[in-house]
Amino acid sequence: MSIASNRSDSVAVVGVGTTDFGRLPDHDKTSLGIWALREAAADAGISLKDIDGLIVQRITDYQKFVQITNMSPHLLNCTPGAGRITGGTIALGVQAILSGLVNTVAVVYGNDGRTAGAKYGGKDDSYGTGADQFWSPYGMTSPGAVHAMLYQRHAKLYGTKPEQLGAVSVAFRKHALHNSKAVMQKPITMEDYIAAKFIAEPLRLLDYCLINDGGVAMILTRGDRAKDFPKPPVYVRGIAQTSRLAQGELPDDFGFAAMQSVAKRVFPMAGVTREDVKSLMIYDNFTPIVLFCLEGFGYCPVGEGGRFVEGGRLELGGQYPTNTSGGHLSESYMQGWALNVEAVRQVRGELGSRQVPGADVVQYLQGGPICTSIIYGRDVT
Amino acid sequence: MSEYRKPLPPINHLSRPFWEATKQGRLILPRCNHCGTFHTYFEPWCSTCGEEGVHFEELSGRGKIWTNCRFHRSYFSGMEESLPYNVAMVELDEGPRLMTNIVGLEHGTLDEMPIGMEVEAVFESVTDEVTLVKFRPVRK
Repeated sequence: MSIASNRSDSVAVVGVGTTDFGRLPDHDKTSLGIWALREAAADAGISLKDIDGLIVQRITDYQKFVQITNMSPHLLNCTPGAGRITGGTIALGVQAILSGLVNTVAVVYGNDGRTAGAKYGGKDDSYGTGADQFWSPYGMTSPGAVHAMLYQRHAKLYGTKPEQLGAVSVAFRKHALHNSKAVMQKPITMEDYIAAKFIAEPLRLLDYCLINDGGVAMILTRGDRAKDFPKPPVYVRGIAQTSRLAQGELPDDFGFAAMQSVAKRVFPMAGVTREDVKSLMIYDNFTPIVLFCLEGFGYCPVGEGGRFVEGGRLELGGQYPTNTSGGHLSESYMQGWALNVEAVRQVRGELGSRQVPGADVVQYLQGGPICTSIIYGRDVT
Repeated sequence: MSEYRKPLPPINHLSRPFWEATKQGRLILPRCNHCGTFHTYFEPWCSTCGEEGVHFEELSGRGKIWTNCRFHRSYFSGMEESLPYNVAMVELDEGPRLMTNIVGLEHGTLDEMPIGMEVEAVFESVTDEVTLVKFRPVRK
């Protein structure tokens, strides 16, 4: 047997699991991950013993995780709890199967940020080089303020308006009303959006994601085995990443170069074009990045994101129903994980009143400094 | 001087020349010995060309607001009393961009300090060790 003898040609998601989202003080990130993994295993109709690869994200106590689940994986890894790492964690699982290292991988995420009082900003928010020297002394901190400053520049260059950010926020809230697991269940109007208090002006509270507790898991396996599982397989058709961790100066292109680099690889890999994509899942930690991703991944010309999202284009029934779960803005900030599960469920066609008809190809887009995209499809090629 | 409660930079051997210069009312930045890129970080290596070796060079202290925002929430102890406060990124005439605060408009709206506004450095001594570089609108 050579090192290459177990290679796989394709990878499919055969199980997904999510916990409740919200304030779950009786749980920690380990138990939330275990809860999600058990849901995913039940969904895949397998036992945890059938899983030979395990990658956990944000679950720092991987030891307890493996002890409690009594797994003995042939691949075990633990990645940090930053949302920008999510795409890379899934990519590791995919590659471990393609290479033949393992046959079935669970990628598992647990987040107790709400109960633990997670803060994004302040003295522990280092933001790479220079934040402590050049940012904090001026009160600059937080991913929200970074997005506020990027949006402010986008508005100056391209005439983007608050109501266009509001269109994103309102659309995702509408979607959350079709998702009983979404934390936000109250409809909002454009008036509510504009009336929301500023956090890092020009961004308002309703431009921000929702820090909550929850867990998410996905089970990936070799494509040639995927039809043996009870649920329709969802193939990982393309996955690509480019990192561009700008120095303390903020990216002057809104991250477009990295997004274009990812787009150039992920669409040909998947053998699809933007016209084939029926629904989008966009990492929406803040509303402006939704516009930046639509521009950077070529769904609209650079600078046109604001106008593109008007008229319900991202809503159910629109051209590109986006974040049909409510996303980070209205379902829960699960750092991209729940959006990937939503993509899988859309492709399976099991989402009831928020199902996008004929959603055979769904794309996950993550902008930001570690830019990733994953294209999920009903067919293997 | 009453106790200063806002965040202060940790001064180390790489950043000390910068903070010594601000005490004298001068804005200096590290510049790559090899490719000439100004750095807004204190490391011995250049992230532009990959070479090692920097020296400090004085800048004009003049530039334009590149973008900005206004904080209505405090993430640091000591910042609460300043809310809402502005943070701007200023693009210096020589190219590098610095995070800063615009002074003279502390309670102004973002519309009163638009992107493109010409600004110049002012030096605000906040402790015996630290003088921050802030910017004010250029009076014409």
